[in-house]
Amino acid sequence: MTPLIEPNTGFKFDNVKRNQLLSDKGYMTPTATKTGTTIVGLLYKDGVVLGADTRATSGPIVADKNCRKIHYLAPNMYCCGAGTAADTDYTTNMVGSQLALHALNTGREARVVTAMTKLKQYLFRYQGHVGAALILGGVDVTGPHLFTIHPHGSTDKLPYVTMGSGSLNAMSVFESSWRPNLTRDEAVEMVKDAIEAGIFNDLGSGSNVDVCVITKGNVEYIRGHSQPNERVAKEQSYRFAAGTTEFIGSKAGAQAGGAAAMDVSA
Amino acid sequence: MTTLKPGEVNLGTTIMAVKFDGGVVIAADSRTSTGTYVANRVTDKLTKVEELIYCCRSGSAADTQAVADIVKYHLDLYTSQHGEMPTVKVAASLFQEICYQNKNNLSAWIIVAGWDKQTGGDVFEIPIGGSLHRPEFAIAGSGSSYISGFCDKSYRPGMSKEECIEFAKNAVGLAITRDGSSGGVIRLAVITKDGVERQVVYGNELPAQYTG
Repeated sequence: MTPLIEPNTGFKFDNVKRNQLLSDKGYMTPTATKTGTTIVGLLYKDGVVLGADTRATSGPIVADKNCRKIHYLAPNMYCCGAGTAADTDYTTNMVGSQLALHALNTGREARVVTAMTKLKQYLFRYQGHVGAALILGGVDVTGPHLFTIHPHGSTDKLPYVTMGSGSLNAMSVFESSWRPNLTRDEAVEMVKDAIEAGIFNDLGSGSNVDVCVITKGNVEYIRGHSQPNERVAKEQSYRFAAGTTEFIGSKAGAQAGGAAAMDVSA
Repeated sequence: MTTLKPGEVNLGTTIMAVKFDGGVVIAADSRTSTGTYVANRVTDKLTKVEELIYCCRSGSAADTQAVADIVKYHLDLYTSQHGEMPTVKVAASLFQEICYQNKNNLSAWIIVAGWDKQTGGDVFEIPIGGSLHRPEFAIAGSGSSYISGFCDKSYRPGMSKEECIEFAKNAVGLAITRDGSSGGVIRLAVITKDGVERQVVYGNELPAQYTG
């Protein structure tokens, strides 16, 4: 006797057959939404500045024109994510949760190296299959820190970093302008310029610039710090004048009328 | 034999270690690449696993960082449990165990070098596959192929600390010139019973070379 309800343990491969059928009929399998992306981070006099564009792509289509790529990890730490959007969201969320418990357990503010270690060990375990390329920045008792974490689990500690499809564009800005001990305004301006280099010259990046300034004891999350791609005002109003569609009348019990219309037994 | 997976960060590299009476000199370039892009031009490939024991990493950045972190953990535990510092041989043995048992999933070519009370300076090499070798000096990484002749000809047993430093600077400098996956600055470290002295040699301070 087969069970009426299928057990819900283990993996379900029902969709494999469906996907094969669709692909045989010529329907392309949808690609995972990637963040294309330009993300950057830099160290300045008082802390770190993180920056990101806001375009999420699904192949050649823009899936989200204003997504958030700077993720909260802890009150003193944020993480920019490039690569597969689901992976960056999930991974940063998971490690953020682990950090909260860690902070409560130790009775201390979480350290940036702790987040870096948790992230790299998780990504290494999945051997690159979790497509998250991250820029982690924060300020803790040992000072400001900036790390870059690749999908396979390698990390680099640097004073300025860029990741994503627009990283080369952004890096050219940093390599020509960065110097130690920048002021807050110089740092934010440089980050804005770096992200805009990605927005305008990389097809995978676009829309706005989000910025996050982290200093000792304070975080300033500036959503939409620069918006160089606002839609132009439409040239005319496309509103239909009242009376364009002939209005016959209305009837109570519209639901029942609908059901009758759907009856195809004849 | 595992090659790097597409998109994996590569330590390309030229690394070396030379023994002298009283310690070791270790050296590395500073380039980390992803395909043709240099992801980090100031990498530190000389990684501390114990106070006086370092490893030089080449191959996959992720694999070598993960392995070094695990060995560092084991050596820390060793020190706590034995009440004394581990020998370089112990560290090398730990590296070998991990590299050999996981040979199908790792891309790592590592040199372990340092100072211990038992032997003084000591150098070990663990190529891909996880075999363990104990030469007087070791060179590894993609850039090492260009300098094996130079090293075999230049090395003399019984060199002083200063001679070893010049030898390492020259060798890594030559490898950087010829190998595309090696570049940046030359990082050096001298490990003796008194501690670790670190040095950076920039491009304009390289020993003389023919450059055309």
